Amino acid sequence: MLRPRAPLFLARSVYRRRRLRDAARMLPLLGVFLLLIPLLWGTPDGKGAGAMVVYVFAIWAMLIGLAAYLAPGLARPESDAETRIDPVLPKPEGEDAV
Amino acid sequence: MPFNLLVLVCLAYVAFLFAVAFAGERRASSGKRRFLRAPIVYTLSLSIYCTAWTFYGAVGYAARSGLEFLTIYMGPTLVFVGWWWILRKLVRIGRQQRVTSIADLISSRYGKSNTLGVLVTLIAVLAATPYIALQLQSVTLSFGVFASETPENWALPNRDATVFWVAAGLALFTIVFGTRNLDAKEQHHGIVIAIAVEAVVKLVALLAVGIFVVWGLGGGAMAMIDRIENIANPAWEMRPSRWAGLIFLSAAAVISLPRMFQVMVVENIDEGDLARASWAFPLYLFLMNIFILPIAVVGMDLMPKGANPDMLVLTLPLSQGQGGLAMLAFLGGFSSATSMVIVETIALATMVSNHIVMPLWLRLRPATALSGDLRVGILLSRRLSIMAVLALGVGYFRLSGGSNALAAIGLIAFAGMAQVLPALLGGIFWRGGTKLGAGLGMSIGVVIWAYTLFLPSFGEGAALSAQVFREGLFGWHWLRPQALFGTEGMDPLIHALFWSFCLNTAAYALGSMLSFPDPVERVQGASFVNAFDNEQQAERLGWSQGQAEPEALLNMAQRILGDEAALSFFEAETAGQGKAGYLPDLTPAFLAALERRFAGSVGAATAHAMISQLFGRATVTVEDLMAVANETAQIMEYSARLESQQSELSRTARQLRDVNEKLTQISAQKDAFLSQISHELRTPMTSIRAFSEILTEGDLPAQRVADYGQIIHTEAQRLTRLLDDLLDISVLENGAVQLTLGTANLSDMIERALASASQTRPERRFEIRRDVAQEAIFLRTDSDRLVQVFINLISNARKYCDAAEPVLRIAVRQKGGRIMIDFIDNGAGIPKPAQALIFEKFARLSDESRAGGAGLGLAICREIMANLGGTVAYLPGQKGAAFRVSLPLRFDPGLAINLPA
Repeated sequence: MLRPRAPLFLARSVYRRRRLRDAARMLPLLGVFLLLIPLLWGTPDGKGAGAMVVYVFAIWAMLIGLAAYLAPGLARPESDAETRIDPVLPKPEGEDAV
Repeated sequence: MPFNLLVLVCLAYVAFLFAVAFAGERRASSGKRRFLRAPIVYTLSLSIYCTAWTFYGAVGYAARSGLEFLTIYMGPTLVFVGWWWILRKLVRIGRQQRVTSIADLISSRYGKSNTLGVLVTLIAVLAATPYIALQLQSVTLSFGVFASETPENWALPNRDATVFWVAAGLALFTIVFGTRNLDAKEQHHGIVIAIAVEAVVKLVALLAVGIFVVWGLGGGAMAMIDRIENIANPAWEMRPSRWAGLIFLSAAAVISLPRMFQVMVVENIDEGDLARASWAFPLYLFLMNIFILPIAVVGMDLMPKGANPDMLVLTLPLSQGQGGLAMLAFLGGFSSATSMVIVETIALATMVSNHIVMPLWLRLRPATALSGDLRVGILLSRRLSIMAVLALGVGYFRLSGGSNALAAIGLIAFAGMAQVLPALLGGIFWRGGTKLGAGLGMSIGVVIWAYTLFLPSFGEGAALSAQVFREGLFGWHWLRPQALFGTEGMDPLIHALFWSFCLNTAAYALGSMLSFPDPVERVQGASFVNAFDNEQQAERLGWSQGQAEPEALLNMAQRILGDEAALSFFEAETAGQGKAGYLPDLTPAFLAALERRFAGSVGAATAHAMISQLFGRATVTVEDLMAVANETAQIMEYSARLESQQSELSRTARQLRDVNEKLTQISAQKDAFLSQISHELRTPMTSIRAFSEILTEGDLPAQRVADYGQIIHTEAQRLTRLLDDLLDISVLENGAVQLTLGTANLSDMIERALASASQTRPERRFEIRRDVAQEAIFLRTDSDRLVQVFINLISNARKYCDAAEPVLRIAVRQKGGRIMIDFIDNGAGIPKPAQALIFEKFARLSDESRAGGAGLGLAICREIMANLGGTVAYLPGQKGAAFRVSLPLRFDPGLAINLPA
């Protein structure tokens, strides 16, 4: 299937949206990493469960918060001007849109 | 807490749920979906993940194994937080392909293979039946808790009877709201709204109990944490393999459980809801679990040693005299159990009915597929499937005796259903996955799961003998169910999970790489894996998010129906909705009407494909495309037929025109012939009459009489010749001529003709060029007639050749049994328009006086040649008048009859 070639550089807004998606993809990996850390602590005789409960619920709450922060941006229709640079748009200031 | 009050409250609650579901259906069918579409409803309906196993079992799990129960909710949290990876695609594909169940998804991804559909259905039934039994058990147990607490000393109600009535009530609810109508998308608004209400009830109940326990009994949050910190229970020790393995298992389960798939994908109305659920559902789980551990810890402290930890949510408030709270908790547990059973039953019944019952039924009675009363059949099979699934659950409950063994079934069911995961994920991310690979992977995974986890869960000596446990299947040591390939150190659940998943995935990958998918499979594979590719196209076409704008629709309609028709249709529809203008609301009724209208123009399948493409992001399936292709082919065939008919008509018309022209010509010829012949007859007759009149007057010198007599004689001769010619030609034309066939030398015949023709204009010196050697041919023909033709042609040349030194060349050529004699002079020739006429009767080119003949010569020649099986034709391009006589060397009159005259 032939697809139109995507441009190499994107407009700022599209660029930001792409990175937002990257963040959304990263989030569960971060969650897995953080949730597996207690395995390294070791709980002899099941002691120290209180700290772990606090830790796990804190991570949980953080994941929920981050997801809630990302969700509105991700829910927007994804395709407007996705692969095009708007010709009228001024040059992206600051960072390069790579 | 009187037990009959409990029963009363319970019945009232059920009645309330019926009312809620009924109202939901009413609103949905009347198009008022705003409330139903609220994103919160979607999130709440997802809460069927939290079954009675969560509501009651999580506390028991926490009491037994500490923090490990949290893994069951970590997996779903990670999956939902990472919705961009998998869920988004699943939901999109579900909408595009109008997926009705997880079995349907797998089967349609792998080329609409019903075998795979049956396999997934069987796995689902196998894994879900114990789980449904578990829910029924929790309801009976909670009834039992209340019954045993009653001061009126009520006897514990018959356990089996309780289960039966609960199951019957659930069946009724599920049938009433689950098979109300046959929606192509399998969406059940009433049930979803009822489940959302139940989700609120169970959350509120658990939070209420939790708050009571933490602040009423435990002395606040910090005190609780200290208490948990100081517990020293060896069973609470963290086991890394289980921690990681269970997170993975619950993540796999939340994707592949039939009930989760039902609410997450099938019942999804708006993809945007998923974005909100990505954090709202984890939040729900978070709230459900936040008080589990405190309830467990406080419950263990306060309750007597032998108390069932699974029932602490109920027994703890009861023991503290909080009857109302216990009642709320009971309703929460009841909600958890019933909502799970309802949705699971619908999901399973859809699969069983679509993949097992209906195919069988259609195979047994193929005639019904055509007769169209399929709807009734499908609904009936759906209802029977619901009852069968529930009956299986009740049966399993009775068989297992409601033992504690059921409590362990939750994770086992998860592991069984999760065997679908490799084929599912492979299907949506890897185009190379094939039917064979998927079937192989799932089969192997399920067999290993059953052998290492499901069957051993009944205990040693129940399903598998103790000998098999110790020595392995067939005595093969490396096939011990809980130590496959000698892996003895692993936890049984993790062991089963590890081996079933590894071998499942390996078989799937290997099977896929070694087999070749059929065309439907490849098309489906591409459309599943590239589910997001058509986004940009939709953008280009002017609508977004699957919501066509009325204006875009009008545009399209104008292109299909024509400007005026489309405008007036839209205007009428708008007026029908009580609005002014041309842009109606996009109600289902309007869309249906539009589709019907389109169907009239482009065919039903195409119209449906167009409308559904515009709405709901439903991609056109291969079947749709085939239907479209069929329609197009029919239209093309029809137009081709029209075209050929038209060309045939115009051909006929042309022929008719030609015939008409010819008839007109012939009629004109006949008129010309008559006038000619009367003219030809009149001229000599006039002179004969004139001179004979003079003669009858007498009194004339003898010389005069002789002269006049001579003139009369000549004219009479001429008249006779003319009549002879006419007679001749009519005989020739009717084919009634008598031919005297014989063999003659061509050279002699030409000689004779030249001699006879020399009478014509004898005063002209005429050079004849012949090739005598070529002429030495013997022909079998009527030589007199042929000589007559030659004479005619030669005398014509003598008469009309206008060159100063006239030359006549006679060329003879022989070609394939035919002989051609060309008579070519060096005169001006015959002008092109006249060439077609010269063979007609009375056709004379120059003026009459020069001709001296009646103009019948060439006509006679043509007729003679036709009678001799040959032709005479004018030969253009010879720098002079040229005639070609062509005739067979051996004339056979039998053949000549067939030749055109």
